[in-house]
Amino acid sequence: MRSFRLLLAGIALFGAVPASAQTVAITGGRVVIGDGTEPIDGGTVVVRDGRVVAAGANVAVPAGAQVIDARGKWVTPGIVAGFSRIGLVEVDAVDPSNDIQAATSPFSAAIDVVPAINPQSSSIAVSRAAGVTRAVVSPATARSIFAGQGAVIDLGGDMNPITRARAFQYIELGEDGAADAGGSRAAAHVLLRNALREARDLRLPIGGGGRGRPQGAAPPEDLAENPYIGAGTQRSDDVLLTRFDAAALVPVLQGRQLLLVHVERASDILQVLALKREFANLRIVLVGATEGWRVADQIAAARVPVIANALNDLPATFEQLAATQSNVGRMREAGVQVALGMINDDEARQVRLLSQYAGNLVGIGRVPGHTGLSWSQAFAAISSGPAEAVGLGGEIGSLRPGRRADVVIWDGDPLELSTGVEAVWIDGVRQDLTNRQTRLRERYRQPQEGALPHAYEPR
Amino acid sequence: MRAQVAALGAAALLFGCANQGVQDVRPAAEGTPPPQRAASADPYPSTYRPYPSVPTAITNATIFDGEGGRIENGTIVLAEGRIQAVGGPDTPIPEGATRIDGQGRWVTPGVIDVHSHLGDYPSPGVDAHSDGNEITSPVRPEVWAEHSVWPHDPGFSRALANGGITTLQILPGSANLFGGRGVTLRNVPARTVQGMRFPGAPRGLKLACGENPKRVYGSRNQMPGTRMGNVALMRATWQRAVEYRERRRRDPNTARDMALDTLVEAMDGQILIHNHCYRADEMAIMLDMAREFGFRISTFHHAVEAYKIGDLLRANGTCAAMWSDWWGFKMEAYDAINENVPLVHQAGACAIVHSDDANGIQRLNQEAAKAVADGRRMGIQISDEVAWRWLAINPATALGIQEETGSLRVGKRADVVLWNGNPMSVYTRPQQVWLDGALLYDMNDPRRRPVSDFELGQPGEGDVK
Repeated sequence: MRSFRLLLAGIALFGAVPASAQTVAITGGRVVIGDGTEPIDGGTVVVRDGRVVAAGANVAVPAGAQVIDARGKWVTPGIVAGFSRIGLVEVDAVDPSNDIQAATSPFSAAIDVVPAINPQSSSIAVSRAAGVTRAVVSPATARSIFAGQGAVIDLGGDMNPITRARAFQYIELGEDGAADAGGSRAAAHVLLRNALREARDLRLPIGGGGRGRPQGAAPPEDLAENPYIGAGTQRSDDVLLTRFDAAALVPVLQGRQLLLVHVERASDILQVLALKREFANLRIVLVGATEGWRVADQIAAARVPVIANALNDLPATFEQLAATQSNVGRMREAGVQVALGMINDDEARQVRLLSQYAGNLVGIGRVPGHTGLSWSQAFAAISSGPAEAVGLGGEIGSLRPGRRADVVIWDGDPLELSTGVEAVWIDGVRQDLTNRQTRLRERYRQPQEGALPHAYEPR
Repeated sequence: MRAQVAALGAAALLFGCANQGVQDVRPAAEGTPPPQRAASADPYPSTYRPYPSVPTAITNATIFDGEGGRIENGTIVLAEGRIQAVGGPDTPIPEGATRIDGQGRWVTPGVIDVHSHLGDYPSPGVDAHSDGNEITSPVRPEVWAEHSVWPHDPGFSRALANGGITTLQILPGSANLFGGRGVTLRNVPARTVQGMRFPGAPRGLKLACGENPKRVYGSRNQMPGTRMGNVALMRATWQRAVEYRERRRRDPNTARDMALDTLVEAMDGQILIHNHCYRADEMAIMLDMAREFGFRISTFHHAVEAYKIGDLLRANGTCAAMWSDWWGFKMEAYDAINENVPLVHQAGACAIVHSDDANGIQRLNQEAAKAVADGRRMGIQISDEVAWRWLAINPATALGIQEETGSLRVGKRADVVLWNGNPMSVYTRPQQVWLDGALLYDMNDPRRRPVSDFELGQPGEGDVK
């Protein structure tokens, strides 16, 4: 939806690019910190060594800094896509280019999206040009309720996309989970409980824990990722999960890895919250929660964050009968920590719509009966909100000091439809905003051929 | 994924039916008895009647007239279901008219969506409701989308309340080369589809190019399995229609063929052709095919590559109905650009913003706003009021209802939206929506908020949506 104006020509960002050591000061703009506080007019943002040094009013410009005049512009942290499948697919319907799910793999929870993420996929360049700088990337389920482990990535034009590998395990416990588990929600729940017990029952190799290893065990490099995978691990014959899958669930069980659970129906949400009574260490994040407003008090009391679609308002399934665009606003009003994501909504390519969606949540505030978000809450729902939901609020999602320097300059209100992106920095590195779409646009400014066919046009 | 579902899912779901009779349209066997009576000019006729209205005047509003005009401090008067007057602050207001102060608000014609599957793929999207693709043969011009429409689809009400949609065309899906007849509806809750049919509106004929037909039937080892197969089977079918028309001319007792009747009516211009076609090269082939057989294509739908052939579209008088920014969900959508709509407009062709989606139809104004902004950034200066043609007179013309609706001309149906701000802004929603002068949505009045039969007694019944 956003513009792709190229301000800085000639930047080619292929191959690893180190964080810029240069100090940059962006001055005079309307600065949005991204943490829910109000925008600051005439603010300054200072970036050095890939991190935010300071942002706000009365921030001094360090000597020697490159100064960028942003008067009349808005300066914000980059958008964080709270739920996506960006980088996992080039063309959805072209199976070989699509790594979202593994329909015939013997593995489930052990799947890790990191090797599949392609930092040069078109969707990353297109989304970056629209001001999206980070994304939560999840695999999808196929034959199990466990999709595998998702990552948090940056959308920079280099070959190092991973911000946090194996940030979470993603599971389905609603209609999709029922189908994945053999046909019922009850089966999905028993599958989950069995899996967590299989993970609990995994025994480390004798002297295990990664320090002392039994004689003749596999060489250390094979065990580096997760000691529970080791060949010396004792298992019962009576198991459903592969050793790899069970081992992958140990950090979930121990609360060292987040568990993102997709459910929509109010009763399903309560069942997920109840899991914490059985498995006390689980760190759950709800994904979806279209009917969350119906049980918002319970979600808030459980202190479980939610990553929700902004605008679901159709009873698209029987688990979304109470869908309303007020869902996010009502949950937030009840004290739930809510961020926006793209759940089963063009999540591989259209995360750039998040700013439009957030704007809509501001707009409904003027419709009687609706509960929307304030502008600053709405922006936080696509910046610091998702960062905090996945445990990275200290690293990304805002312009607070010390955060990674993901900065966007917009030519107007970033939630407004007419606004375009003028410049993007990721980890302090100024980004190229061209992509296939901008190149096609330039080629076909005039549809008719000239002296030579379009394919020969000089650039 | 929603895009993918709309474009592909329906076609892909039903491979289990592959063993059904999948031959082309067959002419009636020789010796079939002649028909006992003549065909009705319009079977399944509209029973829609405008709801009661009161004379209403909106004053002080910014008016986009839907044809490119703009009036500041404008007044519009609705009476007896029709637009009675449009003009400046000195426009006379009949005595006793309900007056609405439009200060800070905008008035536009009701939004028209030329491409929807509401009712045919309704919510909830369960298999039992999947009624948009007669996926038993690539040639199915005998099916009519209106015979699949479930009037209680909750999506109609969302399109009204959030999108200001007053008229929409329901089309069959794109699994088949000849998908069947489309129907144009008034966006009013009704017990029957006839109660929604736009009186007098011509029906549509859905054609599909490209990936969907060849994938669906090629995977059954059946024609078409390629794009050249698509074209060959289309040509063979049109030729059969030409011969059938000639037979009927010579002998009025020729046995009726429901499939070929649709094609003959399309060749005669009584049915307007709506052609799902993404790629520029395929659109050019379809324009040649239209010349070969003497039909006219009203509109290419989805038309992701229309920007590559804006000149051809203009020369042929064919509209392009487009999304603002959908892309990449399949190979033929790979070359999408955000500036497609403004580039087509700039080429002098007829540009339309369409939805094809139960969510997108709630925000067509926002789709137009994104497209016009992207156009301006590449130097194509189109005003907001001219861009509103993409949602109003252009789709009305594509549907053959431009004399009845699609702009705020005196005498047209009073299909009007009062927006609570600039409708090109993300922060704006419909405040009130009138169909034929009848107030059918009012954001301040919960009693003017339709609740479908399906939603009665369910969680969220009657809630804001």
